[in-house]
This record gives sequence, C-alpha cells and structure tokens, in this order.
Amino acid sequence: MGRTLYEKIWNSHVVVEEDAQPDIIYIDLHLIHEVTSPQAFDGLRTENRKVRRPDRTLATMDHAIPTMNRHLPFEDKVAEKQVEALRKNCKDFGIELYDLFSRRQGIVHIIAPELGLTQPGQTIVCGDSHTATHGAFGTLAFGIGTSEVEHVLATQTLKQYKSKTLAVNFNGELPVGVTAKDLILALIGEYGHDFATGYVIEYRGEAIRGLSMEERMTVCNMSIEIGARAGLIAPDDTTFEYLEGKPHAPKGEEWEQAVAEWKQLTSDEDAVFDRSVNFDCEKVEPQVTWGTNPGLVVSVNGSVPDPKEMPKEKQKMAESALQYMDLEPGVNISDIPLDTVFIGSCTNGRIEDLREAARIVNGYKVSEGVRALVVPGSFSVKLQAEEEGLAKIFTDSGFEWRDAGCSMCLGMNPDVAQPGDRIASTSNRNFEGRQGRLSRSHLVSPPMAAAAAIKGHFVDVRDWPIKVREEV
Amino acid sequence: MEAFKKHIGVVAPLNRANIDTDAIIPKQFLKRIEKRGYGQCLFYDWRFKEDGEEDPDFLLNKEPYRHASILLTKENFGCGSSREHAPWALEDFGFRVIIAPSFADIFYNNCFKNGILPIRLSEGEVNHLFQKTEEIPEYKLTVDLQSNTITDGKGFEKKFEVDAYRRSMLLEGMDEIETTVLHGAKIEEFEKNHKVYYSMQDGGSTFNPAEKKRTI
Repeated sequence: MGRTLYEKIWNSHVVVEEDAQPDIIYIDLHLIHEVTSPQAFDGLRTENRKVRRPDRTLATMDHAIPTMNRHLPFEDKVAEKQVEALRKNCKDFGIELYDLFSRRQGIVHIIAPELGLTQPGQTIVCGDSHTATHGAFGTLAFGIGTSEVEHVLATQTLKQYKSKTLAVNFNGELPVGVTAKDLILALIGEYGHDFATGYVIEYRGEAIRGLSMEERMTVCNMSIEIGARAGLIAPDDTTFEYLEGKPHAPKGEEWEQAVAEWKQLTSDEDAVFDRSVNFDCEKVEPQVTWGTNPGLVVSVNGSVPDPKEMPKEKQKMAESALQYMDLEPGVNISDIPLDTVFIGSCTNGRIEDLREAARIVNGYKVSEGVRALVVPGSFSVKLQAEEEGLAKIFTDSGFEWRDAGCSMCLGMNPDVAQPGDRIASTSNRNFEGRQGRLSRSHLVSPPMAAAAAIKGHFVDVRDWPIKVREEV
Repeated sequence: MEAFKKHIGVVAPLNRANIDTDAIIPKQFLKRIEKRGYGQCLFYDWRFKEDGEEDPDFLLNKEPYRHASILLTKENFGCGSSREHAPWALEDFGFRVIIAPSFADIFYNNCFKNGILPIRLSEGEVNHLFQKTEEIPEYKLTVDLQSNTITDGKGFEKKFEVDAYRRSMLLEGMDEIETTVLHGAKIEEFEKNHKVYYSMQDGGSTFNPAEKKRTI
C-alpha cells in the first residue's frame, strides 16, 4: 500500500520504535523564541544537561518585543528581562540568536522560510502553535509545550504518537479577489474549529498548486485553528523556485541532490488517508469572522447569523460569542464599524501580504478615528517593503509603520487593543481578549483589512476602485 | 514531577465549550521566566474585573470551588496557543484532574508533563456529572489512575481510558528526558545516516564551526 506524505516524513525520522510507547522521532530544526523557552533552559541547568545540537537550533525574539523605539530601554521591564534571559541562554548554550537589531530578526515562522532553513521533508518544532506554517514546504512542523522544548534541546528528539491523516482536497480554482486567508477561513467555517483534532492535514488540489509559497504558508499557518497538529503541502516547482538561492539553501551539486530527494515527497497515488474531505473553492468569497473563534465566519456580503437558526449544540456558543462581540443577529457585515486595523502576524505579515494591502491603500486615507498599524513579519520584509515604496504608501495614508514582531496578534507587547475596541485583523485568532482585554477581533485577509481601514467598516475588496500607482 | 496515583477532590463545573489557553492564562503573564506562581493568573479575565477586584459571580471565586481540584468542563478544552503556562496555572491553582468530552492536542499532551490528568468522558457522562454538581453540594469525585476509575461514592462509577505510556508517566512521575537520554547511542547512530540540507552557516549543509560567520 502507498504511503502518505506524512507517513514518508514520519518514517524517515523514527529513531526508536518500541511497543506500547510513542516513537522517538528526530527533529531537524528547533526554533525558539523568548516566551516559551526560559523555563526549558532552566530545566537543562537544573539537571546539568547540554543542548545536544545547538547547530540545529535557531533563536529569535518576536512575541513580547516592542515594534517601535527599540533603541530605548523597554517600557515593559518584565518583557525586557525575558529577552535578556534569551540572550544569556543562547550565549551559554551556543545557540545562534537573531537579536533585536539583526537584519534577520522577525517572527520565527517568517524568518526560517525566508532564510531557506525551512526545507521539504524536515521535521521542525517550536514552542508555538503556529509552527504548522512551515508545512507549506512539505515539512512536518508542529507546536510544542515548554517541557517538549526542553526535551528537544536535550535530545534533538521528541516522543510522539503518530497522528491520523486528513486529506483536504480543494476542488476548482480560487476566484479572483479571493485570498489564501479567505480559503482557510472558509474551510474552518465549514467544518468547525476543532474538526481536525488528532489529525495532520495534507492540503491538496489544483487551488493549492496555484498558490505561491507565501499563500501556502498562510493556509498551513491556520491548521491549528481547525484543531490539526500540523498541515502539509507537497513540495513542487513553486517550492523549489522559492528556495533556490535563499541564504541557507544548499547550492550547486548539493542543491541538485536535495531537489531530487524532495521530489519524492508526495503522497503515493494509492495512499490511504484516515479521512478525506472535498472543498469547493469556487464558492469562496472574502471572509470576515463575527465570533470568538476562527470557525465563526461569514462572507463579507453576509450578515451576522442568528444563533436560533443554528444547530442546537452550537447555539450557546454563538450566543455567548455575539454577546462578547456586541453584535446583533442580522446586522450586515459591511455595517460593522471599526476602531483598529492590524496588518501583520505569522499568518499575513509577508511581503506579498503587504503588497496586496498597499495596492488597496494607495492614494486613500485611513478613515478618521481608525487606528491602523502595519507590522512587517520580519526585518527583511520591512526593508523590502521600504525599498518597494510600500511603506510610504502606508504612512502617506495614515498607517503606522512598525518594526517586525508578533505585535497585536496576541498583544503581549505594548501594541494592545483597548477594551471595547473593534479590530479588523489579519492575524489568526479572535478569541476573547486575545488582542487586548475586552477587545473584539474580526479576522480578515490583508486587502480586506486595508479596505476596512480606509472606509472605517468592512467592504468587499472585489469592488474596490484601485488607484494606479505612480512609479517609485 | 509529582506522581499521580489517586486523587479525591471537589469538582468545579465550568460549563463552557472551547475554553482556549488565552482564557486559561492571558498573555500578559507569559513574560515571566519562572515556572511557578501562575495560579493567581488562572482565568484572569474571568476571575477579576477591570479594576483588579474579584468578580464574585465567577465560579472559582465562590466556595467551595476556591478549593476545587477537579475541573469539569465542555468540549475542546485548551484549544489555541501551545503555552504550557496553561497547565502550569491550572496546577498551581490546585487542579489535578480535568474532565471534558474532548481536549485540544497540545494542551492534552502538556498536562501529562505537569502532573495533571486530563480525562475524556462521553458528552452524556459529562452532562450527568454537571447535573450531579448541581444536585449535590460540594460534589466530590475520587479518581484512581491505578484502576482507571472515577467514582463519587454515590452510585457513579466509570472506567476511563488513557494510553499506557502516558498513564505510567503520571503514575511514576517520570522524567521523560531521562528515559530518552538512555537512547543516546541510537540517536547518534541515526544522525550518522540522516541527511539535513542546511547548517547554521549560510549555503547548505557544509558546516565548519571554525569558519562560522554570518554574511549579514
């Protein structure tokens, strides 16, 4: 019987297989950041253990760092202490750290792909649930807790049970004006945000083949938001083209050898998945979440649903979501007024996202009373956006232009939404209080967020009058 | 890690589905570098009002639930962020057992590393227990991991399932790293035959620490 992509990667990383025990699997790349690692390093020190493979470990700071005035001491002394702990830990244990002023600093899931560290067939872990982002390369990547961070630091392995496999077949093409973000939100909306618990998803189909690497990363990034352990996309020419010439990618003969190997990384035709679903892409429209989990989502031309018309088991959840969101059933999505717009995060903080947003924003002004932020996903994305003139488009229209980090996606740094604020956000979670206590998040794509910033409410970007951009 | 064999405690019925780890412990408390002391931050936005005063209506601010050690809740508990601060906060508050129809993956896994036993029961059984907490004041359960049973001494008795490995991890208070380290020779052997096409030096896998320098 044929094997799935997941099984191929898994099997090639099994170090120890024992009866009635999880396998010990090898980890090719361990990414660490300031928030979920300090206790792991403390654990190593207590037990007098070393980091087994500092050369398979990369650190950066992203979660709690300020995105402005970085030359000044942190306003938040607790966060500063955490960042200092990471510096010390990396120094003590010999780990490469892309520090606050490195040109390679950025959100951990943005920098590893752009540096060419994320490669097909690898296993990648990080103490962060959005690690599945790297699955876009045909890489088995998943989030782990701090105890497991310590386990990987000490042994370069993890004890893991194999997950079940779920094939998500996207049928048809993605309509014009509809983004990868809309696609994944629509999928989560259709099946619910815990649908894939216990599974690793492989995203398949023509629509996926047509996506750029950055769009594929957006899709895989949100695998956890449908409950999955990880999300995978088989590598193809798009993948290889993206990787070729990246700083850490192999070169010359080694590149040829690597590509030949990576081409084997597809699910065999007769491979059997534990479960398969088909999803029709052609019906997908720009999406806006209305509730307090990513599965509570409708099209921009829709309205806030009535919990009474929902299946009984969902009514209570929907009612409490509407209460928190301060929304009435039947309200048009396009009538929802906004206070804040956040463009960034590991979901949508890459250069293509900023290009798409800037295309909408160009020549317009941010609506009065709206606070709008663009936070590039990495230092390198920031520099590129500045070079391409995107930063100027944003600042000319009234957006704040920041340094790279996770920022308002989770509001750990000073970029916190205020109580009652209604946010159009390109991030991944609309949980209660996620972006700030009592703040209300609506998840959207970058162009949808950009248009919402200009209008002060949601609009269908497919109708947006794009102003032609003068050459920079 | 403290071993888990048998536990008797008051059940706190938190009747809500999809409780995410942001709700279990909000992000502002994740900046600390210690592993202990998160109990006071557990369910912070629900337990405390904006002015920092306790909300007397929230379950865990009422007796006897201030001293509850078994959390009864609804499906998909612990979804969202991988933060292990969530089980740290639950454990530090005093919870040793969580009963729900389903748990999110990473959270479920994290519990076992911190001496917390997450138990999956059917929706019907969970609803039955919710009803019991309404009927019986200070409703207690006895959870015995040695026999995989939950009982209330008042007619409710139920076997629960937990895989053998995680069970023994809790029963013995096992240090997982210690057991993996014993396989050190196998890890070394694996590494010899395992090709990785990168190094921390730019340009593929040729890694020479002596020449290690960054291009940017």
